[in-house]
Amino acid sequence: MVNIDYLKDFRNSERILTLSKLIKRDCARPINIMEICGGHTHTIMKYGLHTLIPNNINFIHGPGCPVCIMPKERIDHAITLAQDEHNIIVTLGDLIRVPSSNSSLQKERARGKNIKIVYSPFDTISIAQQNPDKNIIFIAIGFETTTPMTASLIERVLRDDIKNVYFHINHVLVPPPVMAIMDGAKINAFIGPSHVSVIAGAKIYQGFVDIYKTPVVVSGFEPIDVLDGVYRIVRQFRQGRCEVEIQYKRAVTWDGNIVAQRMIDKYLEIRDTFRWRGIGDIPKSGYRIRDEFAFLDAEKVFSDIFIINEPIDDHKLCICGDILRGIKKPFDCKSFGKSCVPQNPLGACMVSNEGSCSAYYRYRTVS
Amino acid sequence: MNRIMLSHGGGGLESQELIHGLIIKHFSNPILNNLEDAAVINVSGRLAFTTDSFTVTPIFFRGGDIGKLSVAGTINDLAVMGARPLYLSVSFIIEEGFLIDDLEQIIVSMKSEIDKSGVQIITGDTKVVPKNAVDKIFINTSGIGEIVYEGLSCKNLKVDDIIIVSGTVGDHGACILAQREGITLQTSLSSDCNSIWSMVNILIESGVRIIAMRDPTRGGLSAVLNEWATASNVEIEIMEKAVPIKPEVFGICELLGLDSHNFACEGRMIVAVNKDDGDRTIEILKTHPLGKDASIIGSVTSKEKSRVILTSDYGAKRIMELSAGELLPRIC
Amino acid sequence: MCLAIPSKIIEITKDNRAICDTLGMRKEILLDLMNEPLNIGDYVLIHVGYVIAILNEKEAIETLKMYDDILKLSDG
Repeated sequence: MVNIDYLKDFRNSERILTLSKLIKRDCARPINIMEICGGHTHTIMKYGLHTLIPNNINFIHGPGCPVCIMPKERIDHAITLAQDEHNIIVTLGDLIRVPSSNSSLQKERARGKNIKIVYSPFDTISIAQQNPDKNIIFIAIGFETTTPMTASLIERVLRDDIKNVYFHINHVLVPPPVMAIMDGAKINAFIGPSHVSVIAGAKIYQGFVDIYKTPVVVSGFEPIDVLDGVYRIVRQFRQGRCEVEIQYKRAVTWDGNIVAQRMIDKYLEIRDTFRWRGIGDIPKSGYRIRDEFAFLDAEKVFSDIFIINEPIDDHKLCICGDILRGIKKPFDCKSFGKSCVPQNPLGACMVSNEGSCSAYYRYRTVS
Repeated sequence: MNRIMLSHGGGGLESQELIHGLIIKHFSNPILNNLEDAAVINVSGRLAFTTDSFTVTPIFFRGGDIGKLSVAGTINDLAVMGARPLYLSVSFIIEEGFLIDDLEQIIVSMKSEIDKSGVQIITGDTKVVPKNAVDKIFINTSGIGEIVYEGLSCKNLKVDDIIIVSGTVGDHGACILAQREGITLQTSLSSDCNSIWSMVNILIESGVRIIAMRDPTRGGLSAVLNEWATASNVEIEIMEKAVPIKPEVFGICELLGLDSHNFACEGRMIVAVNKDDGDRTIEILKTHPLGKDASIIGSVTSKEKSRVILTSDYGAKRIMELSAGELLPRIC
Repeated sequence: MCLAIPSKIIEITKDNRAICDTLGMRKEILLDLMNEPLNIGDYVLIHVGYVIAILNEKEAIETLKMYDDILKLSDG
């Protein structure tokens, strides 16, 4: 008999205030905590958690927004593919607003190009079945949480012998970019992502402890989960521990979802390198389709129409790179809230609802 | 013939059949039945005049349809100006091939809605356009009402005025979003689409001093409050827990990562009253079937800055932002 | 990192799917990423239309109990 409300019980005001008091009582030193995941940035800003912690704890926002880190060149791929009326481009919501070198999928859609947003990758199948004479190209984005769904879609496409679906894979992993930015930003501890960890397991963060002696607390999404995560970090410092700790025990285990991991492994493998907007090339940080399924890989099947993968710089005033690397905050950007706003974003961090700038703008705190 | 043809908009025989067979049949009243080029009416005093066009999709939704919406929407715009709604015009732009039965259903729905407020449809127009020139049917309604309550203005809010909402927020927006292509949810949630004139009327007749009124349609609660804050140059503070919201609307917001205060309502009003009239206003609204969930949600707190603040029950404050861009589901 | 909502399983259907209820919103979701048996009434996490985990009620209760113990201690 369930008598838990998985939302309300983890948003309860009394518990929020108690955790806030405990953190203030027990935090004896300055701690820079990076919350890796855009969803956690969102929770912090929406619930005003940064106003409930002592001044010596500083949240640094991490690169955990897969839409934000999509480089312009790869958006250009999608736009190039959209120009052909035989192609239907399918993607999950946020990506269509990301600026490419001179347009965006949203603008192209307004110009009449065939671009569809789906809530679930699985919806691609009905689009393919309703349009048997078109090429349905799924632009796959997301961290480890969303990668198994693309793999599962590949499996269903093969199982049901659907001939007109192709995949443009942009799935990325969490640990490599965080390791890449460790030296620049002075991070003392991490709040580990909730649902990446459900899939991949808390084990993927052991490297932060072993190599960088930086503790990781894997926390859930609700405000109490995040505050509890902060509290456990404070407690680790007081007790002289440095560990990967799971706060989100109701959903995360050390090993993660093995079925999902096997599904990913069956169809995808890790690329040598992947370019991250604002950060640059990071080795072994992204996925591609395995060679034996190359006939599904849009980058191979449509390779003749792609231009060379030259990196394209962001807008001059845009400091998204520094924000994704945790070195600067949205308020440090001269364009933030002025020329760069959600309805007219200059850079990636403002585009996605998971981006730091978007979270800061949407949930602006009353000072 | 069960479908609308281009000839139905041509002004000839088929047009006349449509006008008599559907429009006069259902909307019949002495002014309309004259079928002159313009309706001639006698109204004295100050008038309110408004217009709106309706393009909602899907055209039939739980709790209403585009017809009911087109009538309620314009009646409500008059009502919140303190005007008793009197007459509407209706203009249909219909896609060739539209089912006549669907058109009749829409017209019946409109008739049912105007009767609730004693309003008459006295003039109109029908155009039929080729396939794909419009998406099924667009409706414009314009309305005239007589001002029965003077002095309402979004510029008149002052410190300590109380902000009240007449019922749960976001029902219509959430209902439409749930039925939109690509998000197939089965839910018992209905649009709140309704004419609010009779509820506004009892508030006006009660003698409560009303500062401003609005129906929160596109842009929802946050659009109205931000407009008031800007027009009156005041700070409005809303207590998050006080805003009434149906669990299903809360659920769709959670599912899609959206804020309910940006969702449209089509049968609600937001009203600002003097600080001493808050409880009395709630009492009055609750006597009306549309006002049973009426709640005080906040107040005007300062003349220092013009903004809307949302306060949690543990004290965290943030800006209640206007929504920007289309409502995209947040995924990752 | 990505939005995943706790929802209740209402019905198990064909082709590895189930109907879930999130505060009155019912949706058909896919079970392709789970091989544990799911029961009606289980609470699961859903991400982009797929179940990714069953919520461990025992752990959730223990976590809440821990907070409530802290609350009692800090009041006393």
